[in-house]
Amino acid sequence: MERKSPLDLNLEQFFFDIAGIATFTFRYIGSLFRNRFEGREFISQCYRTGYQSLLLIGITAIILGLVLTIQIRPILAGLGAEAWLPNMIFISVVTEMGPVIFALLFAGKVGSGIGAELSSMRVTEQIDAMEVSATNPFNYLVVTRVSATTIMLPILVFFGDMLAFFGSFIGLRAYSEISFKLFYSRAFSEFYFSDMFPATIKTIFFGFFIGIIASYMGYYSGRGTEGVGKAANAAVVASSLVIFLIDLVAVQLTDILTF
Amino acid sequence: MENNRIIQVSNLHKSFGDKTVINGVDLELFAGENLVVLGKSGTGKSVIMKCIVRLMQPDAGTIHVFGTDVLKAGEKELNRIRTRIGYLFQEGALYDSMSVRENLKFPAKRNAHLRRLSNKELDEIIERNLESVGLIDAIDKWPSELSGGMKKRAGLARSLMLSPEMIIYDEPTTGLDPYTSDAINDLIIKIREEYKTAAVIITHDIKCARRTSDRMVILNDGKIIANGKFEELRAAPDEQVKLFFI
Ligand SMILES: Nc1ncnc2c1ncn2[C@@H]1O[C@H](COP(=O)(O)OP(=O)(O)OP(=O)(O)O)[C@@H](O)[C@H]1O
Ligand SMILES: [Mg+2]
Repeated sequence: MERKSPLDLNLEQFFFDIAGIATFTFRYIGSLFRNRFEGREFISQCYRTGYQSLLLIGITAIILGLVLTIQIRPILAGLGAEAWLPNMIFISVVTEMGPVIFALLFAGKVGSGIGAELSSMRVTEQIDAMEVSATNPFNYLVVTRVSATTIMLPILVFFGDMLAFFGSFIGLRAYSEISFKLFYSRAFSEFYFSDMFPATIKTIFFGFFIGIIASYMGYYSGRGTEGVGKAANAAVVASSLVIFLIDLVAVQLTDILTF
Repeated sequence: MENNRIIQVSNLHKSFGDKTVINGVDLELFAGENLVVLGKSGTGKSVIMKCIVRLMQPDAGTIHVFGTDVLKAGEKELNRIRTRIGYLFQEGALYDSMSVRENLKFPAKRNAHLRRLSNKELDEIIERNLESVGLIDAIDKWPSELSGGMKKRAGLARSLMLSPEMIIYDEPTTGLDPYTSDAINDLIIKIREEYKTAAVIITHDIKCARRTSDRMVILNDGKIIANGKFEELRAAPDEQVKLFFI
């Protein structure tokens, strides 16, 4: 099976990709249980994906917290509800903005990397070489990468949430003498760790599908060097779209389940 | 099927879209022989080889390797056949995230009968294979640090790791200078002596064909148009065949 061209406005291609991604998902699950797990490659992929996006997510998170605080503070102050600010920022970042924004950054950085890497391995026949030496390239390349993105994204999002929280504190600190301790206790006053649960589940799915889609686009990329650029591009476009789709479904589900 | 027949391809067909590339090819490889498949660029030489190891699915025809029907084989059986074949890709296909040593270790570590070896024993095999291809000095280099010829040597050393009974060389001398090409030709002959392997060598380099072949077939327009020893074919009266020797 070879992809014709990545995610153009082409309905036939679109359904072809949906079917391909579904097959890829089942193959991942099957492979996870049937084959020897490539532990070393998995660890190295976790390290790489984490390392690649740590700084990007960290900086974005601090700015996110800072900007939200600077914009919302005057509004809340006008209502005399300034004390609610830490709590409000924290809930909005943790439950909605953090997962989506950090996942999009992750898709841009890590997803495009996986797409380009696997696609260049396809073009230079490295995947074929693994296949003919009976070494199961899917297990070595895809299972490890998908597992790594699935595990690393929630960790990175948690890290980003904490930094956004810190950024918000800096933003508030510029206007008032609030201590970190007070800020902290206000942020968590109406917050329960169970609130993080749906958001975390969501990020696990984000991470999984970023990994699956990026791997799929790379693994079945077209021939020639232009295939590499197209695969990286398609990986980012398709996984960004899927992030919003999952988010939409997740919002509905959380709504239904909490009432 | 005769015992000494390693590969038997009958009536192979393969098209891409409406473009027919292979149009009824028959091919045989016998034990211990070096067979050259000569053909112009883009005539589908690589396609035939990829069908033989089932990296591609042909549209029609049968392929037997070591007496097994490759097209009907299950995954396990297919992998057993694949480990008996060494495949040297056109550009070497080295894994560029691994050093040369790790490249050679990769298939060995994932193969039942070599996995049991200790690291020391494995290192010895790796060193012996790299020595055979004259690349022992590059053992800890990265693929990006190697020249085209060195990449092919390293790729060859890697395909020797599983002690294959036959090797497929995809254009071993293409893109190399005459001096390096000669060295590769010598290497192909040496590997046969040393490892007792049969080989299919696909090429459009007439010099490589003369040096390395016991027998040769010519592929033209998706069909085999000649089959015989190099000297016989060179003397053949057929106009189409003559074109390949100019
Ligand atoms: N996966 C593929 N999809 C579409 N067309 C293909 C594919 N693989 C090969 N082809 C086409 O089949 C033809 C034969 O390709 P092949 O690579 O076998 O040529 P070759 O004889 O090995 O030539 P070269 O000497 O350049 O390697 C080419 O025209 C190529 O465009
Ligand atoms: Mg070729």
